[in-house]
Amino acid sequence: MSDDIKKIMFTVRKAPHGSIYVYEGLEVKLIMAAYDADISVVFMDDGVNALRAGQDTKELGIKGFEATYGVLVDYEIEKVYVDRKSMEDRGMTEADLLVIGEDEDTEEDIRPTIIDADEIAKMMAEQHNIMPF
Amino acid sequence: MLHMVNKSPFQNNGLDSCLRFASEGDCILLMEDAAYGAATGTAKEAMLVEACKKFKVYALSADVKARGIKNVIDGIEVTDYAGFVDLVDQNKTHSWL
Repeated sequence: MSDDIKKIMFTVRKAPHGSIYVYEGLEVKLIMAAYDADISVVFMDDGVNALRAGQDTKELGIKGFEATYGVLVDYEIEKVYVDRKSMEDRGMTEADLLVIGEDEDTEEDIRPTIIDADEIAKMMAEQHNIMPF
Repeated sequence: MLHMVNKSPFQNNGLDSCLRFASEGDCILLMEDAAYGAATGTAKEAMLVEACKKFKVYALSADVKARGIKNVIDGIEVTDYAGFVDLVDQNKTHSWL
């Protein structure tokens, strides 16, 4: 019953590594992915930094989570969006974005989708719940 | 939708982002340190006055009073905890932490 499927959006606005928010948010997303929910994730403000490819956390002594982001699509979390202005403000381009999975048919890398604030606003209005991290 | 902002707009971009992503007609509640944004005569006043034209802006009374804010910008409605509960009851919410 598709009517029963909840639309749940995660917003990520904090930079990774400086606090536990982004990591915890990722954990919650993976848990939620086990349920029948229509999940989307939007990275905005400093949260866009979580999507930079090539984060090497070895010297911080932590595992890092770029590899986990790399399999979001395998967890059926495919609706991953980035706010264009937040990226531009931080000098990021599409080429900086990490990979979130691979297209089953073409084997091409899938990356987050860059969108504008007005599109994000529309999506927010459609959600049953929004969880901020 | 109810957007809850709890950080001072003089220190954090939560309010700026909220205003950028909110849809016309949405409610915005200034609570905790965000209440400083509700005061008149600040560098953020013009931004808030502009916001009041597009959104329904509230400030939480307990937080306004606790911070000694005497004059609240015209157009911002000061609400108590009961009003806060009503807002949460009537809207979907997003917190700009």
